[in-house]
Amino acid sequence: MGFPHRAHPRETPVLSRYFGDTGARTLDGWRQRGGYEALDMALDTDPQALQAIVKESGLRGRGGAGFPTGLKWSFMKPDGKTHYLCCNADESEPGTFKDREIMRWTPHGLVEGVALAAHAIYAETAYIYIRGEFTEPLARVSAAVEEAYAAGVLGANAMGSGKRVDVHVHRGAGAYICGEETALMNSLEGRRGNPRIKPPFPAVAGLFGMPTTINNVETLATVPYIIKNGAEWYKQFGRRDNPKSVGTKLFSVCGNISRPGNYEVALGFPFKDFLYDLCGGPLPDREIKAVIPGGSSVPILTREEAEGAMMDYEGFVAAGTMLGSGGVIVFDDRQDMVRQIARLARFYAHESCAQCSQCREGTAWTTRILERIRDGEGSVEDFDTLLSIADNMSGKTICVLSDSCATPVVSGLAKFRHEFEAKIVPTRGTVTVAGAVRAAAS
Amino acid sequence: MSHGPAAGIGALASAPPHGVHGDTPYTAVFTGDRRVELDRILSRYPTKQAALLPALWMIQDARGWVSEAAIEEVAVVLALTPAYVKGVLSFYTMYHQHPVGRHFIQVCTTTPCNVCGAEDVVSAMLRHTGCSDLGLTSADGRFTVVEVECLGACGFATPIMINNEFVESVTPESVPRLLSELQ
Repeated sequence: MGFPHRAHPRETPVLSRYFGDTGARTLDGWRQRGGYEALDMALDTDPQALQAIVKESGLRGRGGAGFPTGLKWSFMKPDGKTHYLCCNADESEPGTFKDREIMRWTPHGLVEGVALAAHAIYAETAYIYIRGEFTEPLARVSAAVEEAYAAGVLGANAMGSGKRVDVHVHRGAGAYICGEETALMNSLEGRRGNPRIKPPFPAVAGLFGMPTTINNVETLATVPYIIKNGAEWYKQFGRRDNPKSVGTKLFSVCGNISRPGNYEVALGFPFKDFLYDLCGGPLPDREIKAVIPGGSSVPILTREEAEGAMMDYEGFVAAGTMLGSGGVIVFDDRQDMVRQIARLARFYAHESCAQCSQCREGTAWTTRILERIRDGEGSVEDFDTLLSIADNMSGKTICVLSDSCATPVVSGLAKFRHEFEAKIVPTRGTVTVAGAVRAAAS
Repeated sequence: MSHGPAAGIGALASAPPHGVHGDTPYTAVFTGDRRVELDRILSRYPTKQAALLPALWMIQDARGWVSEAAIEEVAVVLALTPAYVKGVLSFYTMYHQHPVGRHFIQVCTTTPCNVCGAEDVVSAMLRHTGCSDLGLTSADGRFTVVEVECLGACGFATPIMINNEFVESVTPESVPRLLSELQ
């Protein structure tokens, strides 16, 4: 539902059904709402059968990459090694605040999904890594874990199944990059949150060097519903003509929009209807100018492009962007796109872990050049410099933070070039590319 | 070299005072109930090192910041070197490496909040707390205001954090009342 607003009739609330319902937060309350039935069932089911159901359901990772969840789980074999499940609750992609609401309102839904997934990948231990700033979600999930242990839902004999399932909550300490899966594992191990070179992939050597599966909060919270209702039930949600994107998805909406909040729709929902009907469109007397539909790391759309998009993995790719984490950032006609793109670049410069040169230097150069243009001190040559730096930042680093900084710059310059050009004061002396780089580096 | 507790405390005896929170003489954090709590945390992981972030949180909750002496204590209890602990500590923005105001206020100014006027909230915060600039503590030691990157509550612009408390939908107009409720 459109929390904090009432559910819109065109929403499909599955995960968000109990947002705003304080009764759903306790173990008893969760059980009264059908909770823990799926876990009870799953603990008596062979892990490979669970992997097969999730694979058949078509569920894809809701953290941003959209990797098929069942396929990821199927990399985990009964090899006698210690396995780990990590739940990525480091939600920190600007524009995204869905996992926060899942944890605040339905913490037992997450605990159930985590315990179920742990069993499905032959793990006895799961860690929920929650970003340090999420103090309320941390308290809610910790309380749910404690309640679940006290009731025997977790522990050495989870739900009387004879199987051990331990779930631990681990608090981060302020670092966007720890949402990157291998950085998260390093952070959990008590290291700096630097992403690791892949391969080896987590399924081979992840947390503490052991086979590990890492899934997003929304993905894990969805799993119990699939186990309980079946793969066919889940597949009914989506566009008939696109079987690659099925199920429901939470979209967080923020920025210059009448009704910001979380909305849950079946994938394939028309983005125009979503923005104007569900979210109430722009503020009075304003017009939407641009939309970032999937968190700050995906290409910016113009209003026209956004209005033509369909809200699923393939639909957003067809519109020239990505579904990402589902964080929709709306910019209206008051906004200065140069200023806002510069602000985004500053975010990435602040959050770069600094182990790759292209990212460490590139995010800083990009920020300085954009802020110079913003302040009316740029030159037209700066545009080519920005694009050249962006090219050197894309596909050349250990993780995609660098690419994520380049993305809004490239799409912003392509789509709002007139706003950049309007910032260039013609009377200023021409600055050479070499000079610009020198100035940026100084 | 030895990183035993005696070495750490001895080194501090000649160190300058650490400010308002007082860290001289240093008294150990991981004693009594907190030692029990740390042992409980350690039992969750296959390595001692994995308890580093939780241990640093315990230090900060107890003392308000993480001093050099605290770094040495953490290093000893987790069998790490102080240099390693400091290397990890300094990676994460939420650990304070120096004392901060009694109310540590973080205002989100990343793009989604920025387009909703977050910078005006920052200005109002600085004006009403008497802090001369971001990151500087007010003369009465009550407030420190910083900008923070995305707090993950973008639909509730502008979210702020006051110590561990999250406040949503802050506006420049709501700042004075918010501050008046703090001691």
